[in-house]
Amino acid sequence: MLSTIARRGRLLSTSISIRCASTLIIAEPASDVSALAPSTLAAISAAQKLHSGPITLMLNTSIDPSVVPSSISTILNTNQSDSLAETIAAAVKKAQETYSFSHIVAPATKFGSNVLPRAAAALNCSPITDIIDILSEDTFVRPIYAGSALAKVQSTEVVKVLSVRSTAFDQAEVDGSSATVVDLDVEKQILTEFVKANVSKSDRPELSSANIVVSGGRGMKNGENFHLLEALADKLGGAVGASRAAVDAGYVPNDLQVGQTGKVVAPDLYIAVGISGAIQHLSGMKDSKTIVAINSDAEAPIMQVADYALCQDLFKAVPELTEKL
Amino acid sequence: MKILVGVKRVVDYAVKVRVGANGVELKNVKMSLNPFCEIAVEAAVRLKENKAASVSEVVALSIGPKQCQETLRTAMAMGCDRAIHIHTDLRGDYMELQSDSVAKLFQKVIEEKEKDVDLVLVGKQAIDSDCGQVGPMLAGYLNWPQATFAAKIDLDGDGLMVERETDQGTETIKIAKLPAVVSCDLRLNEPRYATLPNIMKAKKKKIDQFQADEFDVDLTAKNKVLEVFEPPARKEGITVDNVNQLIDKLKNEAGLLQ
Repeated sequence: MLSTIARRGRLLSTSISIRCASTLIIAEPASDVSALAPSTLAAISAAQKLHSGPITLMLNTSIDPSVVPSSISTILNTNQSDSLAETIAAAVKKAQETYSFSHIVAPATKFGSNVLPRAAAALNCSPITDIIDILSEDTFVRPIYAGSALAKVQSTEVVKVLSVRSTAFDQAEVDGSSATVVDLDVEKQILTEFVKANVSKSDRPELSSANIVVSGGRGMKNGENFHLLEALADKLGGAVGASRAAVDAGYVPNDLQVGQTGKVVAPDLYIAVGISGAIQHLSGMKDSKTIVAINSDAEAPIMQVADYALCQDLFKAVPELTEKL
Repeated sequence: MKILVGVKRVVDYAVKVRVGANGVELKNVKMSLNPFCEIAVEAAVRLKENKAASVSEVVALSIGPKQCQETLRTAMAMGCDRAIHIHTDLRGDYMELQSDSVAKLFQKVIEEKEKDVDLVLVGKQAIDSDCGQVGPMLAGYLNWPQATFAAKIDLDGDGLMVERETDQGTETIKIAKLPAVVSCDLRLNEPRYATLPNIMKAKKKKIDQFQADEFDVDLTAKNKVLEVFEPPARKEGITVDNVNQLIDKLKNEAGLLQ
């Protein structure tokens, strides 16, 4: 008897949650304000897998609905000059109080990792971050142990606060939305203040969303030698990445790091040069469609992972490859 | 300034984990201080060594089984003055005890036990659960300023100036006044090795013990782990003999470089 009541109760709450399903997407601040960031577009397409309810996009500035996917039905503009965690968490709290979303989604980038947990705390919800697969509106898959294991996890929270990996979802098509832009009044926070940004300027594609990545490790021996990889990347129209070893040794800046605690990439082609292939590095690139390894050590772990392994001195192989392409 | 540092005991980074029937196998596996927690401890100790910071004491906090005391001894050997161990046998690698409960336990310690904490330093993420949530969630629960992925921490008047890692490079943010929560990233420092004299001294430092369920915190996992499995294996690759062969394979087999 009690189990029947419990079952009916659960069914009732499930049907209520499906009826009122709606998603808030926290947009990644884009360096180019005339378009959404690739990670935001991936978050939008992920959101479309949750339920068929409306999707609202939240930004800190105004955007032309014509550069927004058609699946977005409302655009919230918080009119804030910064994207600090305190600012965004307050905005999410205000949005949730106003609209009662069932799902709140952010890209699993450094930005999302900074703001989403604080927003979850503001809503007293336990978030699920770095989602790589959406099985239903409450069940997801996320990596643990540097991706050596995957966890299938079900949220029991009434509001699902989630972040999604851009490499696991296609970017939503920018086919123009008929959404209205609504202002969201958010009180300015005074806990932290943005002072300045130090942005690595590059004409190359952005590492997280590039189709081709040429990555260097400790085998590069110093930072100057990275120009060999830059030349190869430019020939291919790709981005340059690095292993943690190369970053630790000071060869390249930190934002080039690919790995468990760096960027996760999944390009069509990943060329690992002078990289041994520690588990932590693999976790950042093993979903690449084609992996090439160039390493003089045939026993390096990466040689077992690569689709095409070339056991040769990189200082001969890389210039030859660049020249012949 | 009083500093609270979170330290987590995790599977050693060099271990190749195996997935068993109940999640990742932890039996007889080498455990270590989480690398990012180590960076946080180093940051705390350096602040203590900086006279301008006027640090009164550095307290290390760990939540987990009784072996966490070894982790706390390591933190004290690096320079923490004393420690707090909140005992629980719940698994902390995402399976049972999750970040929201951990952050709430930290909050209880700050509000009920230590009361005058000015700065909480934690690692940016634990390398087992890979969540990176405790720092920002704790800051949210306390409504304290936060700076995650800290690459540089400077004293600035009554507060801090923190340079933090972003997707595009770094940014500098100002925390006008303490208290605050800072999570530490790779470039912040290189942790010291504990010297033998300090390891010996650490044996005499105090560890206060509590049980996790004596705090008014819900320890149950709100996100139920239904299954843990290994990722699909990649198709086996081949060795190529030279650059020409590589280009040929990329063009004709992989369908790239058209």
